[in-house]
Amino acid sequence: MKNIEAILQERILVLDGAMGTMLQRYKFVEEDFRGERFKDWAHPLQGNNDLLSLTQPQAIAEVHKKYFEAGADIVETNTFSGTTIAMADYHMEDLVYELNYESAKIAKKVAEEFTAREPHKPRFVAGSIGPTNKTASMSPDVNDPGYRAVSFDELRIAYKEQVEALLDGGADVLLVETIFDTLNAKAALFAIEEVKEERNISVPIMVSGTITDASGRTLSGQTAEAFLISISHIPIISVGFNCALGAAQLVPHLEVLSAKTDYGVSAHPNAGLPNAFGEYDETPEQMASQIKEYLEKGLVNIVGGCCGTTPEHIKAIADLVKEYEPRKQTLPV
Amino acid sequence: MESAKPKYLKLSGLEPLIITPDSNFVNVGERTNVAGSKKFLRLIKEEKFDEALDVARHQVEGGAQVIDINMDDGLIDGKEAMVKFLNLIVAEPDIARVPIMIDSSKWEIIEAGLQVVQGKCVVNSISLKEGEDQFIHQATLIKRYGAAVIVMAFDEVGQADNLERRKEIAERSYRILVDKVKFSPEDIIFDLNIFPVATGMEEHRLNALDFIQATKWVRENLPHCSVSGGVSNVSFSFRGNNPVREAMHSVFLYHAINAGMNMGIVNPALLEIYDDIPKDLLEHVEDVILNRRDDATERLLEFAETVVGKAKENKVDLSWREEPLQSRITRALVKGIDQFIIEDIEEARLNASKPIEVIEGNLMTGMNVVGDLFGSGKMFLPQVVKSARVMKKAVAYLEPYIEEEKKKNPDLIPSEGAGKILMATVKGDVHDIGKNIVSVVLACNNYEIVDMGVMVPPEKIIQKAKEEQVDIIGLSGLITPSLDEMVFLAKEMERQQFEVPLLIGGATTSKAHTAVKIDPQYSQAVVHVNDASRAVTVVGDLLQKETSNNYKKSIKLDYESFRDKFLNRTKQKEYLTLAEARQNKLQITWNAASIKKPNELGIQVWEDFNLEKLTDFIDWTPFFRSWDLHGKYPAILKDEVVGKQATELFEDAQLMLKRILDEKLLKAKAIFGLFPANTINDDDIEVIPNESSKSEFIFRTLRQQLKKRAGVPNIGLSDFVAPKETGIQDYIGCFCVTTGFGTQELAKVYEKNLDDYSSIMVKALADRLAEAFAEYLHKEVRTKHWGYAGQEILSNNDLIDEKYRGIRPAPGYPACPDHLEKITIWELLDVKEKIGVELTESLAMWPAASVSGYYFGHPEAKYFGLGKIKQDQVEDFAKRKEIKLEEAQKWLAPNLVDS
Repeated sequence: MKNIEAILQERILVLDGAMGTMLQRYKFVEEDFRGERFKDWAHPLQGNNDLLSLTQPQAIAEVHKKYFEAGADIVETNTFSGTTIAMADYHMEDLVYELNYESAKIAKKVAEEFTAREPHKPRFVAGSIGPTNKTASMSPDVNDPGYRAVSFDELRIAYKEQVEALLDGGADVLLVETIFDTLNAKAALFAIEEVKEERNISVPIMVSGTITDASGRTLSGQTAEAFLISISHIPIISVGFNCALGAAQLVPHLEVLSAKTDYGVSAHPNAGLPNAFGEYDETPEQMASQIKEYLEKGLVNIVGGCCGTTPEHIKAIADLVKEYEPRKQTLPV
Repeated sequence: MESAKPKYLKLSGLEPLIITPDSNFVNVGERTNVAGSKKFLRLIKEEKFDEALDVARHQVEGGAQVIDINMDDGLIDGKEAMVKFLNLIVAEPDIARVPIMIDSSKWEIIEAGLQVVQGKCVVNSISLKEGEDQFIHQATLIKRYGAAVIVMAFDEVGQADNLERRKEIAERSYRILVDKVKFSPEDIIFDLNIFPVATGMEEHRLNALDFIQATKWVRENLPHCSVSGGVSNVSFSFRGNNPVREAMHSVFLYHAINAGMNMGIVNPALLEIYDDIPKDLLEHVEDVILNRRDDATERLLEFAETVVGKAKENKVDLSWREEPLQSRITRALVKGIDQFIIEDIEEARLNASKPIEVIEGNLMTGMNVVGDLFGSGKMFLPQVVKSARVMKKAVAYLEPYIEEEKKKNPDLIPSEGAGKILMATVKGDVHDIGKNIVSVVLACNNYEIVDMGVMVPPEKIIQKAKEEQVDIIGLSGLITPSLDEMVFLAKEMERQQFEVPLLIGGATTSKAHTAVKIDPQYSQAVVHVNDASRAVTVVGDLLQKETSNNYKKSIKLDYESFRDKFLNRTKQKEYLTLAEARQNKLQITWNAASIKKPNELGIQVWEDFNLEKLTDFIDWTPFFRSWDLHGKYPAILKDEVVGKQATELFEDAQLMLKRILDEKLLKAKAIFGLFPANTINDDDIEVIPNESSKSEFIFRTLRQQLKKRAGVPNIGLSDFVAPKETGIQDYIGCFCVTTGFGTQELAKVYEKNLDDYSSIMVKALADRLAEAFAEYLHKEVRTKHWGYAGQEILSNNDLIDEKYRGIRPAPGYPACPDHLEKITIWELLDVKEKIGVELTESLAMWPAASVSGYYFGHPEAKYFGLGKIKQDQVEDFAKRKEIKLEEAQKWLAPNLVDS
């Protein structure tokens, strides 16, 4: 099987869409989240989507399958909140290794089935590494701007555990995503470098930040280019943006990345901006027509969807990208 | 080969910094270094981090592209100070926009610094001093943290002090970093050691030249790397002779930069422009730096004697009076000099065929220059107001001639001005500083201003707008009830089918309120404008035929989408019911020991208080803000951009203040009372006016309802006073101070003399004095009359930062936005009768320069914002206060959740 770096030179790769949006369709309630194993857990568990990899693995596998069927080359593991820091909300810090390991395994099994069936289009699993619910360079207390709720070392240790489990479970790529605070991402990258060194392996890494609003900056205040410079110190296969904005609003920021980096460029936007009820209502056709602009301008190497996107959106995108060449990429030395 | 493709040093704060061969020399700010700045060391030792931040901010504003931070001092915990200071910097976007240089000789401080900064930093520094293993270990971690690095020319043997050693150590360091650590070569910066010259020691003669040649060699032989250094070292032997030092720095840099030095630490204040160095001095200095003569040092020492202390002559330069007429008029307007304007205008009038031509020609030409300079940020508001003063004087001089001309030619069609704008502070509100400033600036831009003053009822505004056929109506207000007045006026304009745009401004207004509450009421354009420079552009866009329609449309759309977004956002917040909020009140463990019975209970009045006692209590920062000059006092006086203007304004303010004090032009009065009090029924405070009296007053407070994080209480002011059921007697105070009597009269005198600058100045100073009076009185109350803080010794800065026990919240401000409580204070203290301060129908205080509020003395009392409250609290509040629900809703409208 060809490695992902080689394929990236040949064509645009399609990433999957939202996991949460798809899981909502199952209308799981508290008992479903708990399953048999956690029926006596002392704390409420509804909303802990990562836990469904243990209690509803069929549903998770089904979602991955739908995205692969729609044409995705890469699916993300169901591990967005899979760190001891984010799991503390549910008092499930001790389950972090297992959650990540099992999530990677579920995705890998589905990917292997598809690769076996269509060897010309190998499928990959990206271990999803979310931002956690704490920020290392911003204070949650407006009256005490020097305070930090989490330290670099706490983040590094938490991310390291997640990274090891994702790799053990079979993730092909690591995706550090939805980066609100670049310092959190730097801790994740630091942890990944440690694991690479200790295991003497190399792992393809994708990095994806989040521009939070029309100011064109991350939540921690960096411009797109400052963000790029801050995460370019280790070799990665792509840098990009996801979440918060729709495809149309991402264009100027992708243009900056595309012009300034030698790495690949990725985008997985939301299905438009939320409407008055906080829902995403951009249709697959609308979203694909926005993404067409990326392709015509030659801005991206990897494209997919974030909040509100579905297999229908991904199919529309996958059908579209076949017609286009990937963004020209000078290989990093 | 490493040199195949150009690679640039890229750094980042919130914004990128990329250093290419085309970049200018990168200046690293060095004032935030405890080893180099005594002031900074003192601030860090005394933990005055706010002021330390100002030092950093000042450097960035002054043009530093990177800031070097060093906390290496035996008497401070360097690691803790580094982390704390960096964490604070990250919260200041105007500082954090530039990359940080983390400077320490201790690795643990460097690593702690790298762990708290999101951008790509520079580490200053590492070297081979402790051997290769440590060098490799540190470089590997720096790479993993994503930083660039400064490498000192230092190895196991010692510091490089000649050309060969510099080359040898640089090359060895470079090869280890690039080949073994795989460090990106563009992320390596060499510090090749700048040592002093002209020390008299033979072996120092080559110090500068060796550095320059080593720089050239490094840049040619070690691809992609940079060269840096601390420049002031080179002139060390000429300490005390700044002209020579400045020339030496400049000459050294000139040659070092040519050789490839691309960044470094230079104090911009100690730098002469190379081309401005007198020829003879330049020759002597270059002889030394480049070691061109054996006797270079002696010759420079000798020459230096003649250069020392040539003070720059300070004399009023009147040579501009020789220039042509138009440049004199333009200059008078730009510089705000009214000394010669009448004679120049008379000359212009004699030259013109009609007097109006002087206004339309000469004066407008000058004012256009003012407008351009202001628009491009090269002139500041106080200067523009001074320009307006000159303009007004000139126009006043011409008016009789224009009238005469009209009589001679009754058919003359008056020429069209740029537009007519009505300005008014709405009914019930008395604040007009901002409105006056905007009026003056617009007038400078050739708009005719119809200024209706303060407390203008809506029907008068409507009537005047029709009579004068104005092109725009501008409304201003500072207190929250004014917001409703503005909404009302917008409705009225809609009903009467007005078509002119409506401008909204003033401290209490916001884009959100304008978009959500005012804009939907009026189908024509409504624009929120909160500073004078934007007012000019907005009015221009609204009135120019070419842009007008499109601009109005785009504004309407902008406000509509802003409104939608805003309304959606507010829905997502969660609120508690009033009962739940009360459940989660601030829990203070009450005991009689923590409560001090006031030394003097009851009411006291101060008539005709001596204003001189207040000058030390003035917080000047808001004074500058009222003139659109932003920055903290006193740092603002030395600010790179607005410093000169701020200093001038401050000097004018001091002169005016002196006049006010010397001639006793303003009168200060105060009334305050301290009373037994207890909280009853959660949110009410029962006050006993005097201990024998049975009658009581009740303060009705409001409670936060926004859902908080676990452990954070929903506060109401009543939480700071002991509940009656504890059986503990507690106390409360309230007060009103004013420095406003006389302001209006004095301002009028200046206005009559066409001097808006001084008129606005008087009002701004009166406001500051009133605030200072409130601060002073609070201190007196804390330390004497109530007396719970007898030991307190605080500087004015500490007062401004509110570092004392107890608070003095004011009705109408965030902790108690309900203005109605002022009525209770007025009745309790008999304010109007005793000191003459009145409340308008919107409950603004008159005279405007007045402050009123409560005193809470408990150690846990603190300022907070009420935030939004829900309908259930409004209903409860109306019931408690025995007023109609509609009335309560009207007064609390700005705080209602669904508004």
